[in-house]
Amino acid sequence: MSTTTLAGREVHVDAEGFLTEYDEWDEELAQQLADQIGVEMTPEHWDVIRFLRADYAETGQTATTRRVNAVGGFPVKKQFALFPKKPGKKMSYIAGLPKPAGCV
Amino acid sequence: MTDMQTQPAVVPDFGDDDETDRKLVIICSKGNLDMAYPGLVLANSALGEGIQVELFFTFWGFDMITTKRQTKLKFTPVGNTAMHLPTGGRMPQWLSPFPGMTWVATKMMKKQIDDLGVPPVDEFLDQIVASGGRLWACKMSADMQKVTMDDLRDDVEGIITAADFMDLSEGAQTLFI
Repeated sequence: MSTTTLAGREVHVDAEGFLTEYDEWDEELAQQLADQIGVEMTPEHWDVIRFLRADYAETGQTATTRRVNAVGGFPVKKQFALFPKKPGKKMSYIAGLPKPAGCV
Repeated sequence: MTDMQTQPAVVPDFGDDDETDRKLVIICSKGNLDMAYPGLVLANSALGEGIQVELFFTFWGFDMITTKRQTKLKFTPVGNTAMHLPTGGRMPQWLSPFPGMTWVATKMMKKQIDDLGVPPVDEFLDQIVASGGRLWACKMSADMQKVTMDDLRDDVEGIITAADFMDLSEGAQTLFI
């Protein structure tokens, strides 16, 4: 684990660049994370990211695409449209959470 | 000021710029509940990684895409020497063919799957199709079982021949399950 400077402050990240401290994240930071991977944030994107944050706070785990659909109510097709190709990883990166650990 | 410089942020590589067109073809040939899942889990996972996925259903695997049957797949401990009891230890083989055992074992497995938040077969296929996966049915199996497109899920792309399958699987990594 190391630190890097994002949105003008020092944050902890893992080797791939995912944030490792839940409380170091805020929406300003998320905006920069999204910019870095070429995701243009819209209100729909924010809805998904906020769900992931709230769900992690509750369960201690990053929601999988399945859970984002079943619990969050965001259809899988929509997730792929908002976060192309690798929705699970991209969503968690922007939300400042670890990659989903579940298989499904 | 000079020693205050920090490293530029590490940005994960999500492979968006990669030119690879990795493709996975999974042949689903089993109609038992426990053997339906390996293909579904792998297909779903691959799609989530941006990999193109084609699922080809043949023989008993047809039950996974036959609308009347896909929610009724069963798991039987018969002939499965790796079957363990919830209390620990192995299930004696002479016990497994007893009436009601398949019903009990199926019920238990469905509960375990549900407890993990993993969807039933029909919903899992819904998710796979929503993620961009495509479903294909085998012509010979359809002919043998006298099944037509009317008996299959609406999202099955078509009933195709072994030769069509060769086109479908060109350049793909293929798994037989």
